[in-house]
Amino acid sequence: MASLKELKGRINSVKSTQKITKAKQMVAAAKLRRAQERAEAARPYAQRLSGVMASLASKVSGDGAPKLLAGSGSNQRHLLVVVNTDKGLCGGLNANIVKAAKVKARALLAEGKDVQFYLVGKKGRAPIKRDYADRIEKHFDTADVKTPGFDEAEAIADDLLERFENGEFDVAHLVYPIFQSALTQDPTVDQLIPVPAPEVDADPKDVASTGEAIVEYEPDEEAILEELLPRYIKTQLFGSLLEREASEQGASMTAMDNATRNAGELIDKLTIQYNRSRQAAITTELIEIIAGAEAL
Amino acid sequence: MALHFELVTPAKLVRSEDVHMVVVPGAEGEFGVLEGHAPFMSTIRDGKVQVYKTEGAAPEEIEVRGGFAEVGDKGLTVLAEHVEG
Repeated sequence: MASLKELKGRINSVKSTQKITKAKQMVAAAKLRRAQERAEAARPYAQRLSGVMASLASKVSGDGAPKLLAGSGSNQRHLLVVVNTDKGLCGGLNANIVKAAKVKARALLAEGKDVQFYLVGKKGRAPIKRDYADRIEKHFDTADVKTPGFDEAEAIADDLLERFENGEFDVAHLVYPIFQSALTQDPTVDQLIPVPAPEVDADPKDVASTGEAIVEYEPDEEAILEELLPRYIKTQLFGSLLEREASEQGASMTAMDNATRNAGELIDKLTIQYNRSRQAAITTELIEIIAGAEAL
Repeated sequence: MALHFELVTPAKLVRSEDVHMVVVPGAEGEFGVLEGHAPFMSTIRDGKVQVYKTEGAAPEEIEVRGGFAEVGDKGLTVLAEHVEG
């Protein structure tokens, strides 16, 4: 059995670990609220944009459609844009995202397609590198800013669009977590380029304002759509960054809550063990004294 | 007798209010939007959106970059990537 001093040391070390996880949990809870607010605030823009996109995309189809909507005509080279977090301590979130990305990659490879990775965030690098070291196209670092905003989304989108223009890939998929609650974050794979025709918004008011009325366009539909598509992609990326942020904090909160509770249990167990050993030591001492007194 | 004007950026809903008139720097020239404007859609070049709260009032200027304007039954919606002021 461990000595009293050893036990004491272990209890103290678990206690300081608990302090850290507790602090991280509270920080995550506070940040989660902010991240959720940001995600909420971004929704009107995304909704309006996809509403306009839907009504425009249905009008502009066939030969006149821009490349970003119609695709490059081939379906051979796929790019997986994987959005991971920059920091750890968030449970299985990154593992799940990577798993979803790998499943998609395997499916595409099985179909005989070329797959490349474009990694956003630090934590996806190591696990994807393990399996597909030669297929990683680029790391995009979001670690140097405190909260990734629209500027980062814009930078990623510009880079992607340039690669698409140069014909480096035909189809891009976006892999990112969707924040459901602090307990669940679903990794999702969405097609990013070519832009899938957005579904007509469920909000009847939006449909009425853009869909039915005869709308005048300036310049014309094609030109507007051409300008709108890159913006739509930026918005998608921005949305995924916000979702990632909320997911990270949510997952971190849950993971740290568990860790804090585990540490508490461990402390209880160790304390009982400590008290027992102390009691045993006292009893032994007493027996020795009594035995000594009786011998006199 | 008012035009509903909304200015939205990816980060947030900047404005949502009833105003008299808004002058938007469209890609093919500035255009003013009053209440009851026909449905209209246009891209915007970088510049100032002028908001007239009431008739004859001094306009409030909002700098926008990378934008898009839509006029529908609900009023004018300006989507802009960056807004200053």
